[in-house]
Amino acid sequence: MSNDQKQHMIKSFKQGVRFDERGLEDFRKLTISCKPSKTAEGSAVVKLGDTEVIAGIKMMVGTPFPDRPEDGVIMVNAEFLPLASPDFESGPPGIDSIELSRVVDRGIRESHAMDLKKLCIKKGEKVWIVSIDICTLNDDGNLLDAAALAALAALKSTRFPGYDGEEVNYKELTDDKLPLAQEPIPVTVYKAGDVFFVDPTKEEQKNVDARLTITSLGDGNLCAMQKGGEQPFTLDEISKIVDLATKRSKDLRKEIDKL
Amino acid sequence: MGKLIVENKTIVVPGETLAEGMDYLPGNGTYRIGEKILAEKLGLVNVDGRALKLIPLAGRYSPKINDTIIAKVIDVTLNGWRLETNSAYTAMLPVKDATAQYIARGANLTAFFDIGDHVVAKITNVTSQKLVDVSTKGPGLRKLAGGRIIGVNPYKVPRIIGKQGSMVSMIKDATNCKITVGQNGFIWIDGEPKEILRAVNAVRMIDENSHMKGLTDKVKEFLQVGGEAK
Repeated sequence: MSNDQKQHMIKSFKQGVRFDERGLEDFRKLTISCKPSKTAEGSAVVKLGDTEVIAGIKMMVGTPFPDRPEDGVIMVNAEFLPLASPDFESGPPGIDSIELSRVVDRGIRESHAMDLKKLCIKKGEKVWIVSIDICTLNDDGNLLDAAALAALAALKSTRFPGYDGEEVNYKELTDDKLPLAQEPIPVTVYKAGDVFFVDPTKEEQKNVDARLTITSLGDGNLCAMQKGGEQPFTLDEISKIVDLATKRSKDLRKEIDKL
Repeated sequence: MGKLIVENKTIVVPGETLAEGMDYLPGNGTYRIGEKILAEKLGLVNVDGRALKLIPLAGRYSPKINDTIIAKVIDVTLNGWRLETNSAYTAMLPVKDATAQYIARGANLTAFFDIGDHVVAKITNVTSQKLVDVSTKGPGLRKLAGGRIIGVNPYKVPRIIGKQGSMVSMIKDATNCKITVGQNGFIWIDGEPKEILRAVNAVRMIDENSHMKGLTDKVKEFLQVGGEAK
């Protein structure tokens, strides 16, 4: 989008008028539906306005990393499907989808959301591998938050498959849930000019100068951050962003708690 | 003697038989198989004497000569600009059709139109291979500064404009916005932020309700009550 239109958006945002009549600090309507997939051990579809993301969890038994013989393994993979947006191409993952999967991964890993020790079956030999796959179904901005929420909701819906020490029985799931100790909620705050806002639509996201993703826990602790965009933030701005993000994460947490 | 199977202004689906016999002629959006004329798209049948035409309900824009469109500059080349037209084809704006001003050989073309800029352009030629040429020389043709561009269904553009531009001038008067409607479904709106929102909502309403009768009155009422979102 041209610079002229960006200036126009900033002028409009300064008067508190957003392109779809929300407040600058409001999210779009969030809906989460669990277990849309019958074959995955856990899955969820998250809709944030017109943005739609699906996440699926597969559980496998494999060998742990040699330096962490007692820890289970988490893998996050994200794919920007071409059906989600004319800007996405098929082929090897692009820089944006790698960033997205790493932000989701960091949120779950650094919050110690899962007690990896509990995923150990036999020290040094067999552990559970939790594979989180994220696919975008429709991109109308703010894929980062939607994807991380979808991953979290999918983890919450996951049930262990049957395991007899030899083979995994995917046909029958047990009632055992994943050892989720924390629920990391991400909120990305976007900056254009000198206005701050959350959850942009695609039209608004085109004009963004910088963004900061803050992943926080139920007790208010921050566990992960990711900055994007070309413009820098000042210290004051960052504390403003953290305040806004923790405030909004409380609303999102209510939705996650309902699951 | 040929037989007309469907009435004028009915909605038909692809493959539906519109008429039988060689007396009727297939027009835009219809085709002939043997004696029959069939619909190619989902849309309204228009019977004009012996000619059958189909007006699609939705679809992509296809460039037509003399259309005024809103296009986005995607590339600056040696001899002009390449524009994105909201269709399957890009358009070429040659330097000689860009401005009445003198442009020296080797001048910096980005000074006129830069990548990302939107322009109002008129289609001067469409070849059989769908190479599209446009011009920005003429009344109302220009570079767009500021404002907001929204996309609508290109087949609803005539409804948004209205008879002799009645609909769009009603929105302009009610919201004090500057509005330019491109035939390709891009609409440029500029004004006060709150008023732009009202104008956008009015346009979106027309886009969604274009098949309804008495639309002009509905839009008038919509604009009077403040044009709040549904």
